[in-house]
Amino acid sequence: MTSTEATGARARVGGVLASWERWLPWLLLAIALTYPFWYDVWPFTILTLDALGLELDVVIFMVVYVMLALGLNVVVGFAGLLDLGYVAFFALGAYSVGWFASDKFSGTEFHLLSNAAEGAAGIHLNLWLVLLLGGVITAIAGVIIGWPTLRLRGDYLAIVTLGFGEIIPDVFRNADKLPVPGGVQAGPPFIDFTNVNLTNGVRGVRSLDRPGFGDKLDSLTAGALPERFSGIELKPWYFTIVFMVLIAVFVIRRLERSKMGRAWVAVREDEIAASAMGVPLMRTKLWAYGIGAIFGGIVGAYYGSFIGSVFPTSFSFAISILVLVMVVVGGMGNIYGVMLGALVLEYLNFKGLQKIGDGINNAIDLVGIDQTVDIPRYKTLIFGLLLVTMMLLRPEGMIPSARRKAELHEEEDLIEPDVYDDLYDVRREGA
Amino acid sequence: MTETSVPSPVVVHRRPAVSDRLRWIFGALILLGLGYWLISAAVDEPERFAQVTVIGLSNGMIYALVALGYTLVYGIIELINFAHGDIFMLGTLQTQSIFADGSLQIPLLFFVISVPLGTAATVSSSGLEKTYAIAMALTVSVVFCLAINAAIERIGYKPLRGQPRLAPLITAIGFSFILQGIGLSWKGEGRIAIPQLIPDTVLIGEGGTLLDFGSFPYYTVRDLMVLLITAPVLIALTLLIQRSKPGKAMRATAQDRDAAAMMGISVDRTISFTFALGGAIAGAGGVVYALYVGTTYFQLGFRLGLIAFTSAVLGGIGNLSGAVLGGVLIGLVAAYNDGFGDARWTYTVIFTILILILVFRPSGLLGERTPEGQ
Repeated sequence: MTSTEATGARARVGGVLASWERWLPWLLLAIALTYPFWYDVWPFTILTLDALGLELDVVIFMVVYVMLALGLNVVVGFAGLLDLGYVAFFALGAYSVGWFASDKFSGTEFHLLSNAAEGAAGIHLNLWLVLLLGGVITAIAGVIIGWPTLRLRGDYLAIVTLGFGEIIPDVFRNADKLPVPGGVQAGPPFIDFTNVNLTNGVRGVRSLDRPGFGDKLDSLTAGALPERFSGIELKPWYFTIVFMVLIAVFVIRRLERSKMGRAWVAVREDEIAASAMGVPLMRTKLWAYGIGAIFGGIVGAYYGSFIGSVFPTSFSFAISILVLVMVVVGGMGNIYGVMLGALVLEYLNFKGLQKIGDGINNAIDLVGIDQTVDIPRYKTLIFGLLLVTMMLLRPEGMIPSARRKAELHEEEDLIEPDVYDDLYDVRREGA
Repeated sequence: MTETSVPSPVVVHRRPAVSDRLRWIFGALILLGLGYWLISAAVDEPERFAQVTVIGLSNGMIYALVALGYTLVYGIIELINFAHGDIFMLGTLQTQSIFADGSLQIPLLFFVISVPLGTAATVSSSGLEKTYAIAMALTVSVVFCLAINAAIERIGYKPLRGQPRLAPLITAIGFSFILQGIGLSWKGEGRIAIPQLIPDTVLIGEGGTLLDFGSFPYYTVRDLMVLLITAPVLIALTLLIQRSKPGKAMRATAQDRDAAAMMGISVDRTISFTFALGGAIAGAGGVVYALYVGTTYFQLGFRLGLIAFTSAVLGGIGNLSGAVLGGVLIGLVAAYNDGFGDARWTYTVIFTILILILVFRPSGLLGERTPEGQ
């Protein structure tokens, strides 16, 4: 890093902001907080509904992904640990609603501050508790997964996390009947596990509980804080997830500037140097991984409750990659970039490509050619292209983190890259 | 400065002896359990055991072909070429076009350029027609996959050399998705059938044409075909790497890129050559898979690629014989689990092996020097 770059980066990190950088977040926050009240009012509908199709449920999905991307950003962007199995935590969070707030275990009956019907079978915890519980469960899972694996570096870690990301949905798919090898089943020292059903397999867990504020608050606020969220009135859902994201942003911003945040950067930049400076490698990485996991778990629980059912097929590798693309395209390490990336990409994924396809098809119809293009079908292709072009042309992302940008472009200021390649280069000396 | 670039002469992750011993005990317990399970299966149903072994060996050789591509590329630039499995998938699709449509096809998203070769064949075609079809399939698929892999390297990885290791890895994931999109637009979503040119005649076993052994394991013509294509490829590859000049350049570059450059080896060209070679093997693997399994679809490359990668890691990534050994072992494990365990858990078992290997012995069975296992 040249000295000018370094001071530039430091100045930005230290908080010298352009004026637009001061007011823009507040403006966006205001838009986000008032969106449900004006998006369906006439002059705005031209933009929100007719042009973009931003129904409230679409926006909720977008914000869910904002939260996921924020969580993954802690792992990938801050600590530099490439996690390709983030969906595992998302799934675990969603399934914790399936376990602790539905009639899944209908053999027992356990209610705790729940708004489920009196006497309903199964475990029903209050959904706010389940959201936290989802975070706790994934944090434990994160530590269990991370403890043996975080010793690995770079791409090996990526592969291990990818392995977990593949295993966990597989386990959810198959755990309606636990595996017992042929001959072992009958033997006395082994318990007969074949009838244990943890996840209902491919049928998934349905009719999950919804959050609520209790009947007292409901009657006090005339339904603004409903006793139980409904599937029709989405405003409470929307404000819940926006509120969760606000907390997340607050927490992450505090973390970023904390001792831990600086340790993450140090580990990301150079493990050996960080370790020599007294940064405990494992603990630092584990914290990043665990915090990322907690975010994934909490938002997973929210998502499960919002959808109302969980299926193993909803948690594929594609989601891990989608969230990673959001982080990379948005700007690794910059929470605003990551949020923007998540909003744009999940919009495209969920609605935008379909809208664009419809637009193209209408245009083709107007010209009079009888043919249709199915744009959403090429989703993977489009995201792949996006990822590659982004890495080649603007590896620092849409809104780059100042520090990262400085790193990625450092050679350009030093020497011509070609000459540089031929020099003896300690950094690049693979192994 | 940038991540994970400096190898550690300082051993950062030195663990105390106690955990080392625990690792050994843990590993030994797993192996003992596995051994007990396999032996009991073999004693209970020896014939089925042998048959499953044959299936496992054939599958394993296909995994080995794909694993070689991973290991070659990883050995030379330490990049997990995520797109490799999808290149293999395109190889199977190309083979399908050759057998079913009788033409060489070049997919260009919304339309497909098709060059008729007259290679359409079915199981009832004459021997000559079949030989021609298979020979054309091998040629075309090898060249096709070679070209794609070389192009990807040129477009995507070469400009990123010297960047943090995360950058080409993410590009590789992007290419994997692009190739899947191409496969999807080329052949559609569902599983497609590939004409079965090789009959399923039993060679060794009950009613076998070579040896009639009662109900001894079935060894069919297809299994023989896998061996007949895989073995020459492996031998040719070994010769190429051990004896030829480009092979020597590859080994030198893998060992020490800068020293190789100082000895006058064009490192860039060697890397491109490695990618082309990997693509070619994936193409051959695609043909073998098509002939052996008979169906394919656009997402085949993802999971099969992961399995093959697991094989490469198991054998010791960067090590060619390791990739073959790992491929065969993973093929066997998968087959035993399908046959005697529960087929639904096979993927879980394979990925668990991957994780255990990476955690406990990152250098693999025949491991060479890797960034993890010194």
